[in-house]
Amino acid sequence: MSVAAPRRPGLFSGFNRFVEYAGGLATMFGEVCRNVVTLNFRPSEVIRQAYFLGVESWTIVVLTSLFTGLVISLEAASQAVSYGLSQFVGGSVAFGEVRELGPMLTGIVFAGRAGAAITASLGSMVVTEQVEALQSMGVSAVKVLVTPRLLASLITVPMLTVFADIVGVYGGYYMAWLRVHMSPYTYWHSVQTTIIFSDFYKGLEKAAVFGVLVALVAGYEGFRAEGGAEGVGRVTTHAVVTGIILIFVFNFALSFVLFP
Amino acid sequence: MIDEKSSPQFVPSPPPPDVAIRLQSVELRYGEKIVLSDCSLDCTRGHTTCIIGLSGAGKSTILRVANGLRRPTRGCVFTLGSEISKLPETEILEIRKRIGFAFQYNALFDSMTVAENVAFPLYELTDLEEDEVNERVKSALESVGLDGEGDRLPGELSGGMQKRAGFARAIVNEPEIIMFDEPTTGLDPIMTNIITETIKNIQHKLKVTCLVISHDLPSVFAIADEIALLFEGTIIEYGPVPKVRQSPNPIVQQFLQGSDVGPIPV
Repeated sequence: MSVAAPRRPGLFSGFNRFVEYAGGLATMFGEVCRNVVTLNFRPSEVIRQAYFLGVESWTIVVLTSLFTGLVISLEAASQAVSYGLSQFVGGSVAFGEVRELGPMLTGIVFAGRAGAAITASLGSMVVTEQVEALQSMGVSAVKVLVTPRLLASLITVPMLTVFADIVGVYGGYYMAWLRVHMSPYTYWHSVQTTIIFSDFYKGLEKAAVFGVLVALVAGYEGFRAEGGAEGVGRVTTHAVVTGIILIFVFNFALSFVLFP
Repeated sequence: MIDEKSSPQFVPSPPPPDVAIRLQSVELRYGEKIVLSDCSLDCTRGHTTCIIGLSGAGKSTILRVANGLRRPTRGCVFTLGSEISKLPETEILEIRKRIGFAFQYNALFDSMTVAENVAFPLYELTDLEEDEVNERVKSALESVGLDGEGDRLPGELSGGMQKRAGFARAIVNEPEIIMFDEPTTGLDPIMTNIITETIKNIQHKLKVTCLVISHDLPSVFAIADEIALLFEGTIIEYGPVPKVRQSPNPIVQQFLQGSDVGPIPV
């Protein structure tokens, strides 16, 4: 009696799924780019989506960034003062916020709030045949549903990051003042001498990339929904998780490239 | 997948001009499951063809194959003179602009009002001025008996009214073919009659080709010029209504009589 060799089903199927997923994202991104270049989208829908995705995420982004600034300053201020390095507190808070935490946390919050909303909305449209209705009319679902959302994300995530940077740095100042009675001059002078405009600008570039990533993954996952409410829930979870992982990966890559 | 081009017995045969849709030896598989098998059908221009059959027989799939939403794994499909089963997606979109589709569950965009739903294809597919769009929306809503309901959201309408709103969206772009997927399913007898009359009126007024999927026999007999019976993924009977009604095929007779005795496994 012969015994069949043990199969390794996960090895190639996992690779195939990855390639299929990456290819799907790239194809969708290509179609969105084509729509943008040919101005094949409704500006009013972009504004509507920007309001929905951006304004609705604003409170969470501000709160997240405020407490991040507070906690960095809380940890840094006491240590820095005890070593006589209080002139570096403002700089360290601003450095972390503007270059890394501001864009990244905004992207993560955006993935959880807006990315989930995009996927759930598109997923519901798929399972109720609304996306098929678009296709049956001869209308591209990517054009109508993904392009405006991706453009809205491209605009709103950097804007949210500006708020996040400001609130985070101010939060850091408040905690430094509260904890070690740091003077405004010491804190803000440290911020000014540490951060240059290109840091801020490059942080916004990262935020723009995160916005595109979140919208792209959310749109792609939304179109993969099947089987009713359970299917919509599954792709929504997957979109948020994938979006957050991609934000971490791209944040590292962008930091490597932008801040050599 | 079998390549039909290399198959000696398969030769794609473009339909004559009076045929709006031709399915030729179509096979569609989802993995191992065969949904359609050697399925052939001609839908005459300006006629109403009804496809009847058991639940799960593949009726709705035929509509999706006919307008290019699904590609057959074998065989070919000609719609409005083009071999839609072989075209790239961008060219299929152009053909779909000439086809109206009324979905089983309406598929109305729930964030838009009825009028916005009906106007949607016009805004997306045409360069019409707003006044003309409004005029055509009003006319489409009147055609289905929904005048005055344009400002309501789909969720505020009854099932029958939602069906008719879906019909209005399907006809507003003046298509050459209208596909109706189970138009009377889930409706009470009165609303079923209203929907049946609405389809007849649409066909009469617009002189379009209608392809209707249904298993509601009284409705089918009222609207059909030709009937096709789909059984286990294959069209086993096709022809004018009297011919199908008098078919000697025991499967056809069992289905038409709604009997649980006969060759159809229950």
